[in-house]
Amino acid sequence: MLISSLILGSLHAMVPITMTATGEILSERAGLVNIGLEGILLISAFTAVVGAEAYGPLAGLLVGLLTGAFIGLIHGIIAIYFRGDQTISGVGINVLGAGLVAFGLVWQWGQAGFHQVPRAVRVPAISTPWGPLSPMVIVALVLAVLTWYLMNRTNLGLKLRAVGENPAAADAAGVSVEKVRLFGAVFAGALAGLAGAFLSIDWLATITKNLSAGRGFIALATVVFSGLNPLLAIVGGLIFGFFNSLALVASTSRELTRVIPYQFLQMLPYVVTLLVVAGVIGRVRFPRASGQPYRRE
Amino acid sequence: MSQLPAEPAARPKQKAAGAGHMLRGALASLVQVVLAAGIGLAIGAIMMNATGYDWKEAYHALWIGSFGDRWGLFDTLADATPLILTGLTFGLCFRAGYFNIGAQGQMIIGALVAVAVGSSLGGVPTLVAVPLVVLAAGIAGAIWSMPAALLKVTRGVHEVISTIMFNWIAIYLSGYLVFNVMNDPRSAERTVRVAENVRMSALLPGADATSALFISVFIAVFFYWLLYHSPWGYEMRVAGFSHDALRYAGANPMWAVNVTFLLAGLASGIAGATQIIGRPPTYALYGDLSNLGNFGFDGIAVALIGRSHPLGTILAAVFFGALSTGARMMQIIAGVPLDMIRVVHGVVIVALAAPELWSILRRSISRRVASRTAPAASGPAAGKGAQQ
Repeated sequence: MLISSLILGSLHAMVPITMTATGEILSERAGLVNIGLEGILLISAFTAVVGAEAYGPLAGLLVGLLTGAFIGLIHGIIAIYFRGDQTISGVGINVLGAGLVAFGLVWQWGQAGFHQVPRAVRVPAISTPWGPLSPMVIVALVLAVLTWYLMNRTNLGLKLRAVGENPAAADAAGVSVEKVRLFGAVFAGALAGLAGAFLSIDWLATITKNLSAGRGFIALATVVFSGLNPLLAIVGGLIFGFFNSLALVASTSRELTRVIPYQFLQMLPYVVTLLVVAGVIGRVRFPRASGQPYRRE
Repeated sequence: MSQLPAEPAARPKQKAAGAGHMLRGALASLVQVVLAAGIGLAIGAIMMNATGYDWKEAYHALWIGSFGDRWGLFDTLADATPLILTGLTFGLCFRAGYFNIGAQGQMIIGALVAVAVGSSLGGVPTLVAVPLVVLAAGIAGAIWSMPAALLKVTRGVHEVISTIMFNWIAIYLSGYLVFNVMNDPRSAERTVRVAENVRMSALLPGADATSALFISVFIAVFFYWLLYHSPWGYEMRVAGFSHDALRYAGANPMWAVNVTFLLAGLASGIAGATQIIGRPPTYALYGDLSNLGNFGFDGIAVALIGRSHPLGTILAAVFFGALSTGARMMQIIAGVPLDMIRVVHGVVIVALAAPELWSILRRSISRRVASRTAPAASGPAAGKGAQQ
């Protein structure tokens, strides 16, 4: 009972991390970094609820995805065409997200900080012998594998890596550095958007102003952990998912919280993130042109 | 996380050039900042319009609440007090090429220590007790920022990830300490209150602003001296351009990282103290951290608008202090949720991310002006205006 809820919990907690990290991995392969993932998760989680309450869960997922793609597009345009600072733009998206969702909660439902998503508009779960499982778990795994294939086995993947590694050479070979990077930005935004929708209209079934709870940054840590390999983003997502779910399960145990206060259990995912990132760095090599705007000579 | 801009090389855009050049640069910088603030407010207005609020009434209330009368002005200064310090945190690191977004967590830790020290100093003369509390909170904030710096130096962990993780750890730690260790038996939702003698006096009887404002301004001036008139500041600024340059100059870039983070943490720790001992009427920390607000994250916009200059940060903090104070009046009078102002913050930051946007804008404006005055010459010149 405890074990199965821990496993199912880990799988669900994996989804937002793995999905967001998968998109960001592709974008960073092309040399574009978006630290605004946290904001995208939050904004998309909000718009997904609005979409789902109007037209049902599938529409909600789509709205979340499109919201993320749109924000990714804006970030991409700023970073690529205006040669803006990617980090500042990303931080701006995070601040914007916190404000927008807190504002939107009051505007849409007249409630400050919290709205419960009605059961009818939630993504229907698959029933398994161990309990209900969200179909988004499978979607996240498939997306990671497909992204791996796209990056390593297709022509577009080759272009992506060329643009991230040596934009000048890619440019000389006739690859449009701008367009390929913009694709990366929109792709990363879209996947983070879908992950945000999963948070609100599927897994957690609420929308709050803190719903993302640092997951955008944990996804960034997973990108580092994975060494830009989407298949390892699954492993990273499972590690963080496990500790996230362990914290949740352990917090409800009265015997355990008497020994360890629940606040310390809640810290677990963040502490583990720090440890994992500190442990793997140095072994990881990133594209050379990462984070730098490309300027044609 | 070395895939983020690896060398902070070109971040603070500054060219060593003549005085005329510098003046023109400062002017362009000012125009950029004012435009970004204007865009932020304009998008705020558009959003209020789209969601059915009266934006004119809202901004009128915002003005009344922030600068409209003496009380508004002093409330603005009360909010500016912590914003100066959290702005310094981000700005100082940004100057040195780091993205320290951990001000919120460092502020929480500072506030916790301010409560602990401030509540145990009953009977100690105010002139001794207040500096002690401020110093203790500052040191606590500095210590809290250290792991991020050490992880950066020794393991290459990007500070964006580590500082955010430490923010979350600080939030949960404060939850534990407020409810289980420092709890006031008479009031479950907050800590004990600090002793009477460490509560700083209001600048105007009944106003929110206290002499804590002078602490903030003093630290800003100190940072200004440190950055521009001391040998260490030179190293910190060089670190912002290139670690290699610093190494060639014989200095140790790792040392610069540590000192920068320490000072940045110090400022935010003190920001936490100002909210405990320098802000009536609570003089305690609430478990939901509501009396710390979002000052830590708001410091990012403050620093960017203040161009990461300590003195510019003071002015920017007054501007954002006015926004957050006015937002409360806006919520009361116009019924607009005060979080709207954080949308303005976000837009301002995004607008400032793209300096080239301004030069493209300027080129297209001057092109339009040129084509109006000399329509014959516009054809070929206009097409080639933008680069590429």
